[in-house]
Amino acid sequence: MKLDPQLPSGPIHDAWTQRRRELPLISPINKRRFKVLVVGSGLAGASAAATLAEQGFRVTLLTYHDSPRRAHSVAAQGGINAARNYQNDGDSVERLFLDTVKGGDFRAREAGCHRLAEISGAIIDQCVAQGVPFAREYGGTLANRSFGGALVSRTFYARGQTGQQLLYGAVQALLRQVDAGRVELLTQRDVLDLITVEGVARGVVCRVQASGRLEAHTAHAVLLASGGYSNVFHRSTNAVKSNASAIWRAHRRGAAFANPCFTQIHPTCIPSGDPGQSKLTLMSESLRNDGRVWLPAQAGDARPPHAIPEAERDYFLERQYPTYGNMAPRDVASRRARERCLEGHGVGPGGRSVYLDFSDTIRREGRAAIESRYGNLFAMYERITGSDPYAEPMRIYPAPHYTMGGLWVDYNLMSTIPGLFVLGEANFSEHGANRLGASALMQGLADGLFIAPATVSGWLAGHLHTEVSADHPACRDSIAAVQARIDGLGSTSGGHSCDSLHRQLGDTMIGACGISRHADGLRAAMAEVRELELAFAQELRLPEPRAGRNPELEKALRLEDFLQLAGLMLRDALAREESCGAHFREEHQSADGEALRNDDNFCHIAAWQWTGEGQEPTRHCEPLHYRHATPSRRNYR
Amino acid sequence: MSSASLRLTLRIWRQESPRQPGAFVSYPLEELSPDLSLLEALDRLNEQLLMAGERPVSFDHDCREGICGACGFMVNGQAHGPQRATSVCQLYLRHFRDGNKLTLEPWRARAFPLQQDLSVDRSAFDRVLAAGGYVSVNTGSAPAANALLVGREQAEQAFAAASCIGCGACVAACPNASASLFVAAKLGHLALLPQGQPERQRRSAALQSAMAAEGFGSCSNQLECAAVCPKEISADWISRMNRSG
Repeated sequence: MKLDPQLPSGPIHDAWTQRRRELPLISPINKRRFKVLVVGSGLAGASAAATLAEQGFRVTLLTYHDSPRRAHSVAAQGGINAARNYQNDGDSVERLFLDTVKGGDFRAREAGCHRLAEISGAIIDQCVAQGVPFAREYGGTLANRSFGGALVSRTFYARGQTGQQLLYGAVQALLRQVDAGRVELLTQRDVLDLITVEGVARGVVCRVQASGRLEAHTAHAVLLASGGYSNVFHRSTNAVKSNASAIWRAHRRGAAFANPCFTQIHPTCIPSGDPGQSKLTLMSESLRNDGRVWLPAQAGDARPPHAIPEAERDYFLERQYPTYGNMAPRDVASRRARERCLEGHGVGPGGRSVYLDFSDTIRREGRAAIESRYGNLFAMYERITGSDPYAEPMRIYPAPHYTMGGLWVDYNLMSTIPGLFVLGEANFSEHGANRLGASALMQGLADGLFIAPATVSGWLAGHLHTEVSADHPACRDSIAAVQARIDGLGSTSGGHSCDSLHRQLGDTMIGACGISRHADGLRAAMAEVRELELAFAQELRLPEPRAGRNPELEKALRLEDFLQLAGLMLRDALAREESCGAHFREEHQSADGEALRNDDNFCHIAAWQWTGEGQEPTRHCEPLHYRHATPSRRNYR
Repeated sequence: MSSASLRLTLRIWRQESPRQPGAFVSYPLEELSPDLSLLEALDRLNEQLLMAGERPVSFDHDCREGICGACGFMVNGQAHGPQRATSVCQLYLRHFRDGNKLTLEPWRARAFPLQQDLSVDRSAFDRVLAAGGYVSVNTGSAPAANALLVGREQAEQAFAAASCIGCGACVAACPNASASLFVAAKLGHLALLPQGQPERQRRSAALQSAMAAEGFGSCSNQLECAAVCPKEISADWISRMNRSG
């Protein structure tokens, strides 16, 4: 397998403009001859489909939701970054670029990070033009706030519902194209396989949820924008149905999977209470602007928070990181919280939470100020926990959130399968081993609004293939393979439900491959995952019939892919003998407990190649070069 | 968090497909933690049904944090249940008493055909929006964002209307199965922003006629829609829609 990142030559500051100049154009008349398939209707998918249709391509968008508005981008709370320097605090494209590279702990490509920073401003322009109601100053200009890992205010927001508003903007643009007849919107479809013809991606196989029928859809290019895979941990901040199937099945068809072990653990989630809980809910990181994180200084102190005097509280982030304090980056804050809890200082059920306390800000600025900034988040917290965060501190704990790994793509967002493009969280790009707060929405929209429309069009210009019809042998073969897989699933008398196996997988993965990892734990987890795979193959219980609506079957197809992906995540974590970003290997830390990177041996992207059922996958490396940002030890103290 | 445990009986509408007849079936559940959500209690019921060889209950859900709008059914005759401003995924068992009996049934509206059990097809909403619920702007040619000044109060109001999650509770609660609140919220959001002005009249006419064509009823000022809206969208938006045509 050859990994050619297609990086632009020449100075980085002009690289994207230069690449756009070089990409060939297609005449408007010919664009109609091309068909593009988009999988997923989140920020990346909806905006890519809308933009490509607007350019004149025929687009089909497939989503498992009943409406594109339900994609999980809708749940992003905090905001979207853009280097606009509206606050005159010294922000610039250069600074956002450097923060992004540093935030990713020097495991992302410089050129990609620079392009992201460069495009960020145009994203805000576009969203405002679409009618996204961002927060405004009294004078009518856009407001900003600050986010973890940055010292400037560059985050644009719509109260605590930024993702929702951005997604609705993108979906409205999509529906405009649906109305114009340029996008065919196909909902309630699970994409289960990729169709390739002569090594080129030419379509997908999907299952229609309502009928159970399998369909083959073909096109001249396929774009996967199907989101992240944090649900491998069972309980994560992802929506319950978020899944890895589209990217995992493409991986099995030859697309390299990059940095699978890089999962961001978000420090501010509502901790789990009952074993029957189905998911974890994130509380926006922006809360840390006004909330102070603390724990009782005395281990095992069971007094309620208000009974613990100031002198007996340990504001551990402020103590350990005087410069960033409560705004220390996500991986750092998560690790410190876990450590304190393991040492017996934690509060709540099982001692697995820390306090996030707003009482100082409420005293200083009043309840109304907090209410206007975070009202909906506070209401959400109270609804879930039954406790009033205006009166007592929130209890929070880290949880799996955003996945930095994903399918490998080059600078043009094309995977190792020609004609297969991967966008947003489904790819691995830009964030490195970690990501800055408020930069995921930026990546989704950059990929969908600006990058893919240019590069997909450029690629199609040189590849005017003949149409592949749905009765092509490649389509028939893929459908037959998926049908055989469904027929072979489970028995009616098995002893394990999908949910129970998924919960076990989650326990294994969070323990061995969560906030902290070590070699022995990772090896033991591999054995546990193999056992779960066996239980899945032999003792899964699924209801009949396999035709027609069957939500348990949908779960099983997703879980089978998660089980395989979990094995790859553990292998990747074991192979990366260093600590970086969200990947913390206990064997590699400094005397004061900070992550120790190994730039001599691991300054690269690890891209895994599928080699067949039951075979060891092959690890390939794409070396990273830093010319503009100097790899430094991340120091937030 | 509480350590108490609850017994509840869920009386659920079961209907395998639109073509087959449906009926209520009662399921007792024991030892439920009050910290579970109602959907998590349904998960638990489904696990039991699966193990007993029965078909699990279909219900729509996804984010389970009250924002995707996928969930929704009637709980004791109320859309999303008794808790104000709450989608059903955020309805926790601590709001019920030991021994309570809950009747769960799907949204009922001609424009929302039933799929299975508690799950209905709400794609009519997207077809209504596609008729013009957007600002017609092509990608890549937008003017500088701060060239369009929007007063803070106005932006807040537009945001309030834009926060509709499209769950369909307003339709289910309305005796006429009207989609007026949904449509008025979208019109209100875009009409309050300078970006939305050029197409304002056309948008309003197009959305209202699409709403009628999908089989939604007319508004007769019952205000049930606003009472059940999980995002507390005000019925004032409907008056605004009617005034501005």
